[in-house]
Amino acid sequence: MIEIRDIDKWYGTTQVLRACSTSVAKGEVVVVCGPSGSGKSTLIKCVNGLEPFQNGEITVDGVPVGDRGTNLSKLRARIGMVFQNFELYPHMTVTANICLAQEKVLGRSKAEAEAKAAGLLSRVGLSEHARKHPGQLSGGQQQRVAIARALAMDPIAMLFDEPTSALDPEMINEVLEVMVELAQEGMTMMVVTHEMGFARKVADRVVFMDKGEIVEDAEKDAFFGTPRSDRAQQFLSKILHHI
Amino acid sequence: MAFDFGVIFDSLPFLAEGLALSFLLTLLAAAGGIVLAVILALMRLSGYTALALISAAYVNFFRSMPLILVIFWFFFLVPLLIGRPVGGFYSALIAFTLFEAAYYSEIIRAGIQSVSRGQVAAGYATGLTYGQTMRFIVLPQAFRNMTPVLLTQGIVLFQDTSLVFVVALRDFMTATTIVARNEGRLIEMYLFAAAVYFVICFSGSLYVRRLQGKFAR
Amino acid sequence: MQYNWNWGVLLQEPYLGWLISGVGWTIAVASAAWVIAFTLGSVVGVARTLPNRWARGVATAYVELLRNVPLLVQLFIWYFVVPELLPDDWGRWVKRDLPLPEYTTAVIGLGFYTASRVAEQVRSGIESISRGQSMAGYASGLTTLQLYRYVLLPVAFRVIVPPLTSEFLTIFKNSSLALTIGVLELTAQSRQITEYTFQGFEAFTAATVMYVVITLTVTAGMSLVERRARIPGFIAKGG
Repeated sequence: MIEIRDIDKWYGTTQVLRACSTSVAKGEVVVVCGPSGSGKSTLIKCVNGLEPFQNGEITVDGVPVGDRGTNLSKLRARIGMVFQNFELYPHMTVTANICLAQEKVLGRSKAEAEAKAAGLLSRVGLSEHARKHPGQLSGGQQQRVAIARALAMDPIAMLFDEPTSALDPEMINEVLEVMVELAQEGMTMMVVTHEMGFARKVADRVVFMDKGEIVEDAEKDAFFGTPRSDRAQQFLSKILHHI
Repeated sequence: MAFDFGVIFDSLPFLAEGLALSFLLTLLAAAGGIVLAVILALMRLSGYTALALISAAYVNFFRSMPLILVIFWFFFLVPLLIGRPVGGFYSALIAFTLFEAAYYSEIIRAGIQSVSRGQVAAGYATGLTYGQTMRFIVLPQAFRNMTPVLLTQGIVLFQDTSLVFVVALRDFMTATTIVARNEGRLIEMYLFAAAVYFVICFSGSLYVRRLQGKFAR
Repeated sequence: MQYNWNWGVLLQEPYLGWLISGVGWTIAVASAAWVIAFTLGSVVGVARTLPNRWARGVATAYVELLRNVPLLVQLFIWYFVVPELLPDDWGRWVKRDLPLPEYTTAVIGLGFYTASRVAEQVRSGIESISRGQSMAGYASGLTTLQLYRYVLLPVAFRVIVPPLTSEFLTIFKNSSLALTIGVLELTAQSRQITEYTFQGFEAFTAATVMYVVITLTVTAGMSLVERRARIPGFIAKGG
């Protein structure tokens, strides 16, 4: 579904991605982890063309992302994305947030879009908040709305960019539960996260990045059982054994 | 149409005198305005309701008036108060000083408020008085924060001095107009005036931007 | 100080009529110029934030040029210079047939000048919105046009209501410069009354009070707009 081949990316003269290659098959859940500044967020933003890259190729469902001829809007409409800071539109109600792209990009009618929104809101347990504005919700609730907003487009794959890093600890689980459910339903997912519990539970593969490189790309059990690289071992011991 | 920019060279000394007056008016009004503005800002933040109200009334009053009307006011008022005609320059200087003080005081107030309350507390904690805390701790930091904005307001003031044209005080704008009319060269002279103001103000704003970059670090 | 007070002069004709017509012209100049300033300023301000380098360059040049030349000089250029530099036919039309030439010129000059100031507010409003919002918009497939229309501008314009209020007030004050090219607005009328009657105190006081009333009215109106436009639970960053 998602093919990433030999991606190089520079910001000016600093290289932030070096020859990154990996893939996500249909129905697969891939967790990307690594220390901050390792390039994992940049990589996931390359997948739907939010960040341009200089070398290499990314295809999603066979469509080349970096090609000039590709209609990026059309492609992005088929890939859902969830951001670290939720990025709900503050001036719109929860329902309007979920309806905007459905109406403006997919051309759905208002009634159709609202019905879809209502269904998804009940699924993430937020039906009673449909008429509120994002600023009136907690972080965890906002992130669940953001997931609903992405799902409303009937995406063929979902990208999650550190979806729980901006949340207070007590809200992390409500978001992870929604994501676990999605994974178990067979959604194709690429997830940048530090939540190793989530990775253990639903990931098929784990990709470990450091300093712009993909250091390890392994089946979940292999990664947690016997990580081959020192860097991955160090990272895991830090993240799993903090006080 | 034939342009004759030679007329500019012939009148350079006359125009330069006008420009000197524009600069002089800017500098004096800025200096006087800032002194008055500091007093107004400290009154506003003093915690005494009466002082704060007087300061707020002053600032809001002048900020709701067009500068030209203020200039007219003082051209009419100053000779009347003194009892004899004085040169237009002093009337203009008083008008600009009082008017600009209102704008400067808002900048200074914001600057003072940008210094954290912790700094004031630290001053008091070491036994400094209110005056000493302001003088040695708050105002130096505040001025550093607001220097770029004060300079930008100075550029605005320089542009505003062109308004003394309405009372025929011979600044750069008036001098330009005199030459333009005497020589019948309105196009050349006004384009020239625009160019001179632009070069001065644009270099000024570039300098402010560089300063901002330096302070941001 | 010797002065003969005569407040009654303000209620005499023709002076009362002059004052009223002065207020009328002040409002007419300021509001027509605001339409230009707001429209053009929004376009230029948006252009300064676009990904396209050319659009950004042109918009930046516009703002720098108009902000660094005094409004008075700009008015004179619109009034005395531009008609001469136009193609012959247009120039002739402007000089002979342009309706209300002083008024029209003042509106255009003031409008284009204020547009550069509005543009800066619009730009800073857009830039105050986090980059993540644009990313979220693009990620859901919105085009740049849709992103601005539905996501960035509705928030940006709400954020900049207070600075725009102050620009709107400034345009009323700056409309007094129209007197330099012969528009008899409020300030001009108060001076004219002074010249005819030597009652400067009364005439200038009347004008001052009018400007204060305009300021208070506009401020009250805009705070209503601000309350209407407020987004529940949303706190603007910076500003």
